[in-house]
Amino acid sequence: MIANYGYKDGSGEYYISIDTDKCIGCTAERACLTACPKQMFEIITDDYDDEVAWVKKPNCRTLAYDCADCKPSGGYASLPCITACTPGAIKHSW
Amino acid sequence: MNAEVSAPVVAETAPEKKEFWRWQESVWIDETKDWKTAKIITCGIDVGSVSSQAVLVVDGELYGFNSMRTGNNSPDSATNALQGVMDKCGMKLEDIHYVVGTGYGRVNVPFAHKAITEIACHARGANYMGGNSVRTILDMGGQDCKAIHCDEKGKVTNFLMNDKCAAGTGRGMEVISDLMQIPIAELGPRSFDVDVEPSAVSSVCVVFAKSEALGLLKAGYTKNKVIAAYCQAMAERVVSLLERIGVEEGFFITGGIAKNPGVVKRIEKLLGIKAMETKVDSQIAGALGAALFGYTLMSKKAAAA
Repeated sequence: MIANYGYKDGSGEYYISIDTDKCIGCTAERACLTACPKQMFEIITDDYDDEVAWVKKPNCRTLAYDCADCKPSGGYASLPCITACTPGAIKHSW
Repeated sequence: MNAEVSAPVVAETAPEKKEFWRWQESVWIDETKDWKTAKIITCGIDVGSVSSQAVLVVDGELYGFNSMRTGNNSPDSATNALQGVMDKCGMKLEDIHYVVGTGYGRVNVPFAHKAITEIACHARGANYMGGNSVRTILDMGGQDCKAIHCDEKGKVTNFLMNDKCAAGTGRGMEVISDLMQIPIAELGPRSFDVDVEPSAVSSVCVVFAKSEALGLLKAGYTKNKVIAAYCQAMAERVVSLLERIGVEEGFFITGGIAKNPGVVKRIEKLLGIKAMETKVDSQIAGALGAALFGYTLMSKKAAAA
């Protein structure tokens, strides 16, 4: 399942997509939890009883600001969450 | 000189304000079925931001529902919704084997055994209502909008939800209904009564759309033309969400806006796909899905026993 967390507003589309099929059998020891400086990720049991990462609810409405520091303008060559997620489950839409 | 001071005249009752936004609440029971002979009775309660539904499923089949406006208290809304449908068929809470809560108030359903997100429930409900060919689901809720892709079993394969902005939601349509002073059920049909299809109003924000609508009225637009422009804006808004998850044939719309042909027809035109039709109230999809999840869980339990 591709779970998209985020929003679209007048300034653009801001979604973090998590491929739960890749996330279920995480081989990166849930590195996303600590890689994100804002600690936006959390492990939950989803509706189909799988343990997967999701973006915490309050962050879903503020992604454009929360993720800004990790974008190239913040000095990062690649996003820490995407780098940490070696199974390649995490994607940003912007 | 005797000055007479008369007391100000106060109207005993204020003139009744017509609520154009108020949509039809409904209770329905399948009279051909008898719940007393059923093996498994489950209930789904969808407490949304604008409406609440209680659906009863008897041996895996839809038996009855109640759809009403959400009050200012989620537990009360859940209780009232369920009580409405139980009163209609003489059922009691003890007769129900399993209750699943869904919707934004799902964690506040006092008698629920489990809470499941509305995304999974809408997919399951749409699968029941539209059959196993349903793949793309658009839920136009009261204050949010969801685009869901599911498989032939109604399991979610891709979803996104926008609950940050009320554009493209039922609440937005209620605001326009009040602004135009036209009953909400008439907005859709009236939006087609225009000479030329206008371009969309601002699709970014309900507040801006309202002020833009007022501006159009002042500029000489007819009410129907303004409604058409608003319906078009809503359609464009939700289509952009749908395109993010990829639209496939087997397109199904749930939620209250599915009853508004002015928005539905414009979405169909933009997508080039016709939405599937159903005889069941589109607003109960979430609660129906929740009740079906409950039925599956109870069936598994019964089989394991």
